Amino acid sequence: MIVMKNVYKKYPNGVVASNGIHVEIEKGEFVYVVGPSGAGKSTFIKMMYREEVPSSGLIYFNNTELTKMQRKDVPYLRRQIGVVFQDFKLLPKLTVYENIAYALEVIEESPSVIRQKVTEVLKLVGLTKKTRMFPNELSGGEQQRVSIARSIVNQPKLVIADEPTGNLDPETSWEIMKIFERINAQGTTIIMATHNKDIVDNQPHRVIQIEGGLITRDENEGEYSNEI
Amino acid sequence: MKSRTVRRHIRESFKSLSRNGWMTFASVSAVTVTLLLIGVFIVIMMNLNQLADNIENDVEIKVVAEPGASKDEVQELLQEVKETSGVAEVQYSSRKQELESMIQSFGDELALYKQDNPLGDALYVKADDPKNTASIANEIATYPHTFDVEYGEGKVEKLFHVLKIGRNIGLGLIVALLFTAMFLISNTIRLTIVARRTEIDIMKLVGATDSFVRIPFMLEGVWLGILGAILPMALMTTFYSKLYSFWEGRLQNQLFHLLDPNPFLLQLNFLLLFVAVFIGVWGSFMSVRKFLKS
Repeated sequence: MIVMKNVYKKYPNGVVASNGIHVEIEKGEFVYVVGPSGAGKSTFIKMMYREEVPSSGLIYFNNTELTKMQRKDVPYLRRQIGVVFQDFKLLPKLTVYENIAYALEVIEESPSVIRQKVTEVLKLVGLTKKTRMFPNELSGGEQQRVSIARSIVNQPKLVIADEPTGNLDPETSWEIMKIFERINAQGTTIIMATHNKDIVDNQPHRVIQIEGGLITRDENEGEYSNEI
Repeated sequence: MKSRTVRRHIRESFKSLSRNGWMTFASVSAVTVTLLLIGVFIVIMMNLNQLADNIENDVEIKVVAEPGASKDEVQELLQEVKETSGVAEVQYSSRKQELESMIQSFGDELALYKQDNPLGDALYVKADDPKNTASIANEIATYPHTFDVEYGEGKVEKLFHVLKIGRNIGLGLIVALLFTAMFLISNTIRLTIVARRTEIDIMKLVGATDSFVRIPFMLEGVWLGILGAILPMALMTTFYSKLYSFWEGRLQNQLFHLLDPNPFLLQLNFLLLFVAVFIGVWGSFMSVRKFLKS
């Protein structure tokens, strides 16, 4: 599903965030991306949905090469990828329902399909009673659930999560993880950058460790290394 | 784009107006205040322009025929003057009428001349374009049987020069004011959009195309413009109509005529609305474009 070949990324300020990364991620996998802050995790993830473009190297998403993708084609790539952020990134002036529906409106889905799909994901994330609330009326955990609902309402093949539990308490973090497991069980690939040792150790999946812009460890069912 | 998406954009733009209450208020007030200024200024400038037109149109050429010229010769001169290019209107005044009007102006002492009228027949000529007065006068002066041509030589040129400068200054001020308005309004709109920059980033992350992000913002610009234009349009209409009826009722013909509210107010309101909507859309377009590119 995702293939990176010799990906190198240097920012204008001289920081090298990716120093020749090779990796392959298959359809249906659940992958943790771990590593210390500033190791290049976020850049690694952002390059997958083309928020960042590598300085050199190749990135394939379902056989589409992303580095040469034109700006006008980027929205169509992003519709195939759901993204969840640490700070939720919800539209503050839209209700829970409208935030989720937005992802379907951009693909010009019909109102009846939008209603049906939004209701389904709201059920999946357990927010059916808060559809008319605005993000600032919700707790952090609830906001993250809205963000997840928005990322999957489109039934994307890949969901990328950048520290989705970073702002949440342990209990809420586990609830969020349960939702990700459920989504993964339905066949969606999940790539999650995290600092949460508890989660990585107790819910084992493939672990990719990044340090200094390089993959220093790639294990199936790995642990969150103590050295980090 | 599907029609339901167009409907969606319209709905969203209205929703956003009401949900961004304070920002909407700030933008609408900016439009209102600036348009009021523009409106008042245009009313003053257009009426001063009208005054200048009136003054210019009062300029005429007096052609005096040779005192001894026969009726046929004067008729011939009249025909020639009428056929001169640039002449709009010629009024004939016989030497007898000329003397009568002189007696009226200067008193009965001139009545002595009734027995032996030294005056010639006169033609009062108006030019199509008052600026051509001098050249027409010069041409008529060369015709046979012309005794004298008067048009306030020297003074008329000066008057036209002053009026021309006045008009240019007025036009310059209107253009400057329009630019200031564009800057002020689009800047306010820009600020409100800057505050919503994160929203634009999120929309892009969810896979919205540029036009999907841009259209609701531009529609919002249209509504902001229209909302901001309502008060200035209503105020200008009310006050100008009142001013017109006051002026024309009490001071009729004393100084000059104000522009007739119909069609002047219609044109003014249309201009204000156009400026408001144009600036609204333009301000939104430019700001959103900046964030879409980044």
